[in-house]
Amino acid sequence: MSPRIPLPQALRKPPRPGEGNGAGPAEQLKEVPADLVGWVDERLGLTGFLTGMLYRKVPKGTNWFYTLGSATLIAFTFQALTGVFLAMYYTPSATQAYGSITHLTNDVFLGEFVRGMHKWGASVMIILIFLHMARTFIFGAYKYPRELNWVIGVALLILTMIMGFTGYLLPFDQRSFWATVVGVNINGTGPILGPYLSDFLRAGAEFNASTLPRFYAIHMLLVPGAIIALIGAHLYLVVKLGTTAPPWLSAEEYEPKSLRTERV
Amino acid sequence: MADSPDRSSDGAPRGDGALPKPDPPGLFEGESMTRRRAFTVASQALGGIAIGGVALPAIGFAVAPIFSHPKERWETVGPTSRFSSDTYVPVVITIEEGIGEAGKTTAYVRKGNPDNLAEPEEFLAISTRCAHLGCPVKYVAAARNFICPCHGGVYDFDGKVIGGPPPRPLDRFQTRVVNGMVQLGPRYSVTSQLDPVRARDPGEFTGGIWNVLYPPRPSTFPAPKAG
Repeated sequence: MSPRIPLPQALRKPPRPGEGNGAGPAEQLKEVPADLVGWVDERLGLTGFLTGMLYRKVPKGTNWFYTLGSATLIAFTFQALTGVFLAMYYTPSATQAYGSITHLTNDVFLGEFVRGMHKWGASVMIILIFLHMARTFIFGAYKYPRELNWVIGVALLILTMIMGFTGYLLPFDQRSFWATVVGVNINGTGPILGPYLSDFLRAGAEFNASTLPRFYAIHMLLVPGAIIALIGAHLYLVVKLGTTAPPWLSAEEYEPKSLRTERV
Repeated sequence: MADSPDRSSDGAPRGDGALPKPDPPGLFEGESMTRRRAFTVASQALGGIAIGGVALPAIGFAVAPIFSHPKERWETVGPTSRFSSDTYVPVVITIEEGIGEAGKTTAYVRKGNPDNLAEPEEFLAISTRCAHLGCPVKYVAAARNFICPCHGGVYDFDGKVIGGPPPRPLDRFQTRVVNGMVQLGPRYSVTSQLDPVRARDPGEFTGGIWNVLYPPRPSTFPAPKAG
């Protein structure tokens, strides 16, 4: 107990809620949320959703393997952020693309670092996706009722590979040019529709002035939008359906006791 | 309906002044669907028309290049005296304008062999685009072969496959002589018997059923007449 110091009325502690005459500051605070978060939440009502998502129950035995999906999400976020900043210096034109990339890499402050993040991050994202997929497969987490989430995940994998294919052309050096020529021609080997797919990708019968802008638009506008939408659906289903327990845990739980106790 | 006690044939209320009761429920005389249903269908149809009005032009915009006909271009590569029938002379031609080096390609040109009845052309221009997946092939004079650096495709002096994965011989460019100068025109592909067909992309077989499985595209030029 600290000794009571006589203070002027204005400096005295306001009465606690429920005490005093009911008109003090504490009484008013009870009516109106005092902080910014409370002010926003009173209007959005997100608290219930957020607490439900962040404090949801996870099965016993949840381990580090369950972080691979979040790691992929972080990798995608890094790709999106670095991509936005790379776009500030990049020129999607067949005659200027290579020059803008060398300028970005050699002259722009931290340009090599941001480009390296985007380049190596692409590989990291692919690796994480396959580890995440392997975890889902080996743990049997694709089974009922999560089949739809597996299907969405496969669509995300395909979209990520389209990102890799279209992004590879953008530096427009010898390697990316010839790799894209070969890649487009592999697409063309599909019967009936293949030749038209090649023409669609190139915007013509030969590599031409519209090809690079087309790849750039697919890489930075079309596919990222689709990926963001599908990630939303993917996460919604994860939160709604919950995660699976590791297979060894449920095996112990459901093993019939008679099998162990009965000795022949 | 005719024996409904609540309505007459013109749908007017009967003597007691009550409104007619719809029969079946929700439908009045002369109506084939409820108003709620009619408005639902109408607004969905309007929404569909609005979406189609935006989506169809956008998709057409993106896929239009598939149906476009490029302009035929001929490029002069040198006087007729520059080429012989013994070996190939590399020439660089532009196949796409406005994109600098990326729009150029190398072709190997030689004079046709008059003793060979299978070679009616006056001049032959072999495309360096490998028939496997489109890498640039190189002519090796010592071996009289074309060799691809990517996956090991090998072609003989006429461009026929003698090794590696290519599914068909090397493409060719049409040739003509104008005022003593050799000109190279549109690309065309050939079958394994060197019969001309409309240009196909690398990786695609030619001849027989393959001409249907890999259909000719509107963005290419008709093949020159054989023989």
